[in-house]
Amino acid sequence: MAPILVVVEHADGVVKKVTLELLTLARSLGEPAAVWLGPGYGDAAASQLAEYGAGTAYVVDNSDMVDFVVAPKTEALAAVVKQASPAAILIASSAEGKEIAGRLAIKIESGVITDAVAIAPDLTATQSVFGGSTIVHSTVTHGIPIITVRPNSTAPEAAATALSRVDVEVPVSEGARGAKVTGRTAATKASRPELSEAAIVVSGGRGVGGPEGFGVIESLADSLGAAVGASRAATDAGWYPHQYQVGQTGKTVSPQLYVANGISGAIQHRAGMQTSKMIVVVNKDSEAPIFELADFGVVGDLFAVVPQLTDEVQKRKG
Amino acid sequence: MKIAVCVKQVPDTWAEKRLRPADSLLDRESAEGVLNELDEYAVEEALKIQEAHGGEVTIVSMGPERAVETIRKALSMGADAGIHIVDDALSGSDALATSAVLAGVLKDRGFDLIIFGSESTDARMSVVPAMVSERLGLPQLTFAQKVDVNGGTITIERQTDYGFDSVEASSPVVVSVVEKINEPRYPSFKGIMAAKKKPLETLSVADAGVAAGSVGTGAAWSVVADFAARPPKAAGTIVNDEGAGGVKIAEFLATNKII
Ligand SMILES: Cc1cc2nc3c(=O)[nH]c(=O)nc-3n(C[C@H](O)[C@H](O)[C@H](O)COP(=O)(O)OP(=O)(O)OC[C@H]3O[C@@H](n4cnc5c(N)ncnc54)[C@H](O)[C@@H]3O)c2cc1C
Ligand SMILES: Nc1ncnc2c1ncn2[C@@H]1O[C@H](COP(=O)(O)O)[C@@H](O)[C@H]1O
Repeated sequence: MAPILVVVEHADGVVKKVTLELLTLARSLGEPAAVWLGPGYGDAAASQLAEYGAGTAYVVDNSDMVDFVVAPKTEALAAVVKQASPAAILIASSAEGKEIAGRLAIKIESGVITDAVAIAPDLTATQSVFGGSTIVHSTVTHGIPIITVRPNSTAPEAAATALSRVDVEVPVSEGARGAKVTGRTAATKASRPELSEAAIVVSGGRGVGGPEGFGVIESLADSLGAAVGASRAATDAGWYPHQYQVGQTGKTVSPQLYVANGISGAIQHRAGMQTSKMIVVVNKDSEAPIFELADFGVVGDLFAVVPQLTDEVQKRKG
Repeated sequence: MKIAVCVKQVPDTWAEKRLRPADSLLDRESAEGVLNELDEYAVEEALKIQEAHGGEVTIVSMGPERAVETIRKALSMGADAGIHIVDDALSGSDALATSAVLAGVLKDRGFDLIIFGSESTDARMSVVPAMVSERLGLPQLTFAQKVDVNGGTITIERQTDYGFDSVEASSPVVVSVVEKINEPRYPSFKGIMAAKKKPLETLSVADAGVAAGSVGTGAAWSVVADFAARPPKAAGTIVNDEGAGGVKIAEFLATNKII
């Protein structure tokens, strides 16, 4: 059976949750094989990949993968595709994941579908477009389907298998080494789950009133083990770092639960959170459009409601 | 410095977007077309670089007849010239075809910088800039929150999950910008008047050096099998906070086994 290639997202030698989701999804389509691009592959990664059912790990242990923007990764992936002859290639729908998918499509002359939320065994992809108002089924009609999949589309389930490592040597071309990474700047690394991967996201908007106001948002997030998000009004005002922005020009999230506090629900914000499985809203204006999306909403002052909710969650956790 | 900015006409953000039952293509007629919001930042960045380093800014757009309004808007902001690729054969083109046409037009014109928005608000694929970079074999400086030009060396801050990467390349380069980068200017009355007289080149697919048979619906490498409106969401429960709003949310979360 032709393998289903899953491109691994990793940081510090650890496989990210979205990859475990993709491996789970890949098992419903065929035999998953992982592709590790860059340094850092070790026992930790191998055992994670085996636990989630990858039979093979193609490893391209070459620092060019991370020292230059995207082009080397695409060249390496194209080489792995040639060697593995997969039935499909799954990539996480991150900003860079989509870039890799797009470039690979040109290299291997295949169709590409982005932002899938499900894939059927016949490789028909389901997409949720126009801010979640329309469900589309698409198929790739030329080449090997390249599909990027949104985080939180599949619940990761373990299914251990024996993993074998295959090292792939790829001489990266001079042309692919044009955009050199000369430095990396980490904005405050929170101990919270990553925004686009988190099962629960607690967000604050202009209603939070200022940087200090995010204290109550963070406390609630921590009680729920959630990531913190923000509207653009809040990030533009400098109340919360920009990489936590949810929406059209920020992250797209589709967690199990999204809690919107002091956010009005502008179309650009909705575009990033509308596909959340469950939405809870706290806003003092009963006319705020965000209530249209709410499974449960409270019209009230977030500074009263949110701390009370945090206390209650703590109490119930015991 | 010769700068190209690729802009797309998209349905107004606030308009309800839908697919046409007959061919599963976006219904572009029913909504007003506007300059993709994110491309305004690309135009602004080009104008800023021009102000600091001199040169010429050319707007490039592929789209139907009326996409010319979008090019005019960018010209009224201050760009110098426009190129409009319009051809019936293009209808239904996917990102692969779009990038092939744009690359064909951009290829031999000696641009030092080719600037894109980071995403079109209708397709939302965020792949066209990377694809053009791949096709032209030019360094990819995408998702820039800052662009510095120093002679032939272009440095950007590339937005990432954890913060940003500093990335450097020699021109010519492909750049895409995020909305954080600047504050787009509004066209002045003078700008709007001047735009009417600026040079506008109209090209066909053949002029772009691309075979008509390799673009459009028929040549797309992925197809929409079917689509449907998402079933309307059942109205949620909305309560007024009378002192126990937080507790009520907790109860709701407990009922749904979230806590
Ligand atoms: C090109 C472009 C891209 C954009 N991209 C994004 C994006 O990615 N993400 C995004 O979020 N926005 C984006 N926007 C901005 C968007 O249009 C809105 O301006 C923004 O989402 C508003 O943020 P907000 O809801 O926090 O603020 P507001 O709209 O001001 O709403 C604040 C809400 O808080 C409520 N409130 C106030 N005080 C309290 C209190 N004490 N308790 C409870 N409720 C309270 C108010 O009733 C109000 O509903 C974009 C805009 C443009 C033009
Ligand atoms: N038809 C087009 N004409 C010119 N530029 C385009 C076109 N489509 C996309 N682009 C550019 O590519 C960027 C990303 O678009 P997309 O990949 O569709 O999300 C946009 O912000 C534009 O700068």
